[in-house]
Amino acid sequence: MAGNVRNHMARDLRDHEEVRHHVPPQVTTSLPATRRQQTAAGVRDSFSAGLGILPLGIALGLLVVQAGLPWWLAPALSLSAFAGSVELLVVGMAATVTPLGAIALTVLVVNFRHVFYAFSFPLHVVRHPLAKAYAVYAMIDEAYAVNAALPEAERSAPRLLAMQIACEVYWVGGGLAGVALGTALPGPLEGLEFALCALFTVLALDAFRSRRELSSVLLAGASVAAALVLTPEIALFTALLVFVALLLARHLLATRRAAGDAAGETAGEAAGA
Amino acid sequence: MPSTPYLLAVLGIVFGITFALRAVPFAALRTLRTSATVRRLSTWMPVGILAILAVTTLHGTIAAEPRATLHALLAVAATVGAHLAFSRRTILSVSIGTTVYVVLVNAF
Repeated sequence: MAGNVRNHMARDLRDHEEVRHHVPPQVTTSLPATRRQQTAAGVRDSFSAGLGILPLGIALGLLVVQAGLPWWLAPALSLSAFAGSVELLVVGMAATVTPLGAIALTVLVVNFRHVFYAFSFPLHVVRHPLAKAYAVYAMIDEAYAVNAALPEAERSAPRLLAMQIACEVYWVGGGLAGVALGTALPGPLEGLEFALCALFTVLALDAFRSRRELSSVLLAGASVAAALVLTPEIALFTALLVFVALLLARHLLATRRAAGDAAGETAGEAAGA
Repeated sequence: MPSTPYLLAVLGIVFGITFALRAVPFAALRTLRTSATVRRLSTWMPVGILAILAVTTLHGTIAAEPRATLHALLAVAATVGAHLAFSRRTILSVSIGTTVYVVLVNAF
């Protein structure tokens, strides 16, 4: 734990703007040397995410056409939300002219999970205010997941932004392709959406390998199991809420235990003296 | 057919709520950056969130196609196996797992 805290402090110092400005680029040897290489690394990061995003985009485009909605709704929705699953829900609701309040509530519940990403999304690597705003707007599950699995030293603004822009291109492009396919073909190859599940599985393995947080995995497992039993319709939302509550409880326990140990030591020293 | 103003209102709502959910926590966290609670949560959360996403997407796949439950579980095993066998090549592991699932679902 002490080591963790020390690492964090070192990271904060390194990321601090003034410090970074005075560090010559050759000192940070672990980073790819040029902006171009970092951008290329970001585009490479996006490929695995694209395997899941593209089929989902095509599904969205198909759905828009099949629901009898105007074709431009597919790219417009992709750009306004850039959030994946919720857009498929919104298409269905818009087609039946659901009241706007109900749509707002659905978006709030389904996308609420993004609130938790702020804790560990590496927004601090992005400096420019507009780029920062874009990085926040484009903080989709896949962008969060791919970056959570990356070591801190390999993160950079060009890499993060290139990854996010590429993902948005797949998403909007997939939607347009789906619209084009809409009437011509019976439907896309069945089962491609499994790519998302495979992606998250692999990234969870990587995150576990770089940070052996077994208790977090167990707490997450308990949260998702409870969520699937209690609220299968909004399992992701409930699981994240329960998971955060369990982590807070774990934090309180650890703090109390540390305080108890400190008190015990003090008492022991006092008895010894 | 819904009217264009209605659809534009939907787009506005979707954008506003989604962006706010993503942006507000960053603004709130800026003041909490030194908090020990936030530091601990930021180390503990990623692996758990990824595991939850993996399980809920698997559940979504199975819920959409209940007869393919076994196929989905086999495909997860293939993904994990490929990832452990070919040392962390994400695209390769995801492609192998997805191919296994697509083939199984379309063949059986």
